[in-house]
Amino acid sequence: MSSQPHRDDAGAKLGMWLFLFTELLLFGGLFLLYSAYLARYPHEFAVAGARMHLVFGTLNTVILISSSLLVAMAVTAIQKGERRTVLLLLGGTILCAAVFLFNKYLEWSAEINRGIYPDSPRLNAGPPGESVFYSLYYLTVGLHGLHVLVGGTLLAIVALRVRQGAIHAGNFVLLENGALYWHLVDLVWIFIFPLYYLIL
Amino acid sequence: MIMTEPKHHIIGYGSLTKIWLLLLFLTGLTVWVSRQGIGIGHVWGSLAIAATKAGLVIAFFMQMRYEGRLLRWLLFVALLILAIFIGLTFFDLLYR
Repeated sequence: MSSQPHRDDAGAKLGMWLFLFTELLLFGGLFLLYSAYLARYPHEFAVAGARMHLVFGTLNTVILISSSLLVAMAVTAIQKGERRTVLLLLGGTILCAAVFLFNKYLEWSAEINRGIYPDSPRLNAGPPGESVFYSLYYLTVGLHGLHVLVGGTLLAIVALRVRQGAIHAGNFVLLENGALYWHLVDLVWIFIFPLYYLIL
Repeated sequence: MIMTEPKHHIIGYGSLTKIWLLLLFLTGLTVWVSRQGIGIGHVWGSLAIAATKAGLVIAFFMQMRYEGRLLRWLLFVALLILAIFIGLTFFDLLYR
């Protein structure tokens, strides 16, 4: 027996995908809740949804799609052995994550300033359908924002390991799995965007 | 010992950029469609565009296209379960 550490890239990737499926069902459940309440309160949802900031939503969609491109390119770059490029691409992805969260901060500040937040006097005085809409909005988008934060941190750790040389063309499953997680964050937003910003 | 890992398919920068452009185009399209005021049709249109975008991300960015049968089947099962959840919930909501 050699003293090489055990390594199973296929298993590591399978584990990551299984985890992503649970995430899919988690957000799927929230989307299901949204559509069930939309069927019950179509008018109130339409009124509340019309107040959403389309510009922020569209901008953040473009940012996340672009960050997904950058991290996918990083996976290509590591296999070509271009370490500097990998670091630049990961840096770009993390920057996108930060800009996304900053936009979210601006958007939520604007909404909270108008008295729109869970259990606010304004929403409590309004029709129940509207407060349901905003509660689901804060829950879903907040949970997604948490995933952006976790994904950004994960990719920062991956970038550090690339810099140390622990992740390289011969062993990059950690980068691949980090990228998969980041793509999931993008995937979830691809559905949040039309549901909350567009269809109402 | 290191087992021989399955060969990785390296997707070129150019192909990834093309997918990105397609995703940007679909984002523009979905915003445009939503401003047309075509009633219930745009809900299904928006969801169809979102599903297409998700398919592109999964197939190319997440490289599902180049994965083996196991992962593809697992993805199918996960999506099927989600579809059953959604289907049964609406069956209950609409016909109770």
